[in-house]
Amino acid sequence: MADDSNLKTTPLHAMHKEMGGKLVPFAGWHMPIQFKGVIQEHQCVRDGVGIFDVSHMGEIEISGPEAKNLIQYLVTNDIEPMQNNQALYTLMCLETGGVVDDLLVHRFSEDHYFLCVNASNSDKDFEWILKNSGNFNASVKNTSPQTAQLAVQGKHSEELVQKLCDIQLSEIEYYHFRKAKIQNFECIVARTGYTGEDGFEIYVDSNVAETVYKSLIEKGQPYDLQPIGLGARDTLRMEMGYALYGNELSENGNPLEAGLGWVIKLQKEDFLGKAALKKQKDAGLSQKLVGIRLLDRGVPRPHYRVLKDGSPVGELTSGTFSPSLNTGIGLCYVSTEYAKPGTNLDVEIRKSNVPAEVIKLPFLPSRVKKSK
Amino acid sequence: MEVPENLLYTQEHEWIRVDGNKAAVGITQFAQEQLGDIVFVELPEVGSLVEQESPFGVVESVKTVSDLYAPISGTVTAVNKDLEAHPEQVNDAPYGDGWIIEVEVSDDKELEKLMSPEDYIEQCNKEQG
Repeated sequence: MADDSNLKTTPLHAMHKEMGGKLVPFAGWHMPIQFKGVIQEHQCVRDGVGIFDVSHMGEIEISGPEAKNLIQYLVTNDIEPMQNNQALYTLMCLETGGVVDDLLVHRFSEDHYFLCVNASNSDKDFEWILKNSGNFNASVKNTSPQTAQLAVQGKHSEELVQKLCDIQLSEIEYYHFRKAKIQNFECIVARTGYTGEDGFEIYVDSNVAETVYKSLIEKGQPYDLQPIGLGARDTLRMEMGYALYGNELSENGNPLEAGLGWVIKLQKEDFLGKAALKKQKDAGLSQKLVGIRLLDRGVPRPHYRVLKDGSPVGELTSGTFSPSLNTGIGLCYVSTEYAKPGTNLDVEIRKSNVPAEVIKLPFLPSRVKKSK
Repeated sequence: MEVPENLLYTQEHEWIRVDGNKAAVGITQFAQEQLGDIVFVELPEVGSLVEQESPFGVVESVKTVSDLYAPISGTVTAVNKDLEAHPEQVNDAPYGDGWIIEVEVSDDKELEKLMSPEDYIEQCNKEQG
């Protein structure tokens, strides 16, 4: 048996075991990969509502008179137009343009923010921010250890969370959040997620996470709420074509090629990676991240080769079986000449070439609650 | 854990049901549970030869790929074509509709190398820790 004793655990670790979760090592954490089964959990989120423990994600709080300037310098997106209680998706890049992490910035006020970062990068990000914060009058705090995060995702999310929450959730727009109380416990409720469904990400103190989680599970009974593991989290995000750090994004990759130009604001004042990204943009992109759907049976996996007329043109960064489409899907960087939707390619699966085609992302229409 | 008394087992979690010189082969209840939702089974051709302890096919769940190992050497006489459209039968009925291939056994002495239900249960308990 693998030794799991050196893995970090979330405040819900015991709950997961109790609820029949199958726990595996993930990014240094001992996390549930599934409960009843990936496909069933996936459908539960697509058709109703599911709850995820994402407490392994990192939280970093930045405050002080120059908090805004520091974040502007660190991230590629423009936080200037942000309002209080708003969230923004962005990248944090190296001077080379390579991606340190992709993250969410939440603004409490002009001088107070918190970032939600990937579990696998949490410590690295904190170090990176500290290292680059020297010239700014701002304080940076890693609040991950005392923060738990629960994601409630699916069309019944609002109705369910509203049963326990003291504020009017219908007033929170997509990519906005509020401080609220769930059962008298202070928390942050954000209308964000990683599934393509309407839903909330709820940040609570680790000490009360289990109580809040149990209440949500209990109130979720009429909606057939189920706990969802990381397996379905991955199939859900794949169907939306959402990039995953470590797969589509890395310190060596070019985020413009990942289709993330919309969060790279080259017109804004100096920020880390700006010069390199501008150069890459001006030079033109040689490849692009595309969605690929198999036209025959089989399951594409990360690192499988993608071929055009027998010659390799790329390698899958992600691949899985799509429960909604009942077919294999993948993400892959290919030369721009093969990036057009409808282009026929092959995926090499154990020495046989399985026909596939380039799909315009997302694979499924997103059902998040857009405000406009 | 369901481990039928009338079958023999491999360390790789296949079962075999011998009937005269023919034998049906599948994966065990324990194996399908470990793999999770099975979404694809790569079957050999009818008429092809399989060799004891060598891979003869592949079973894929959402998360993982796993080779199938032949419990016995012989010629494939039938494959479960239903699994092409319904691979989930391996999850739902691993010892029934989830059977994978049927083999004409070339040397039944090889059966001696396989595990009894009791030994197989012991192995699973060990793996579960």
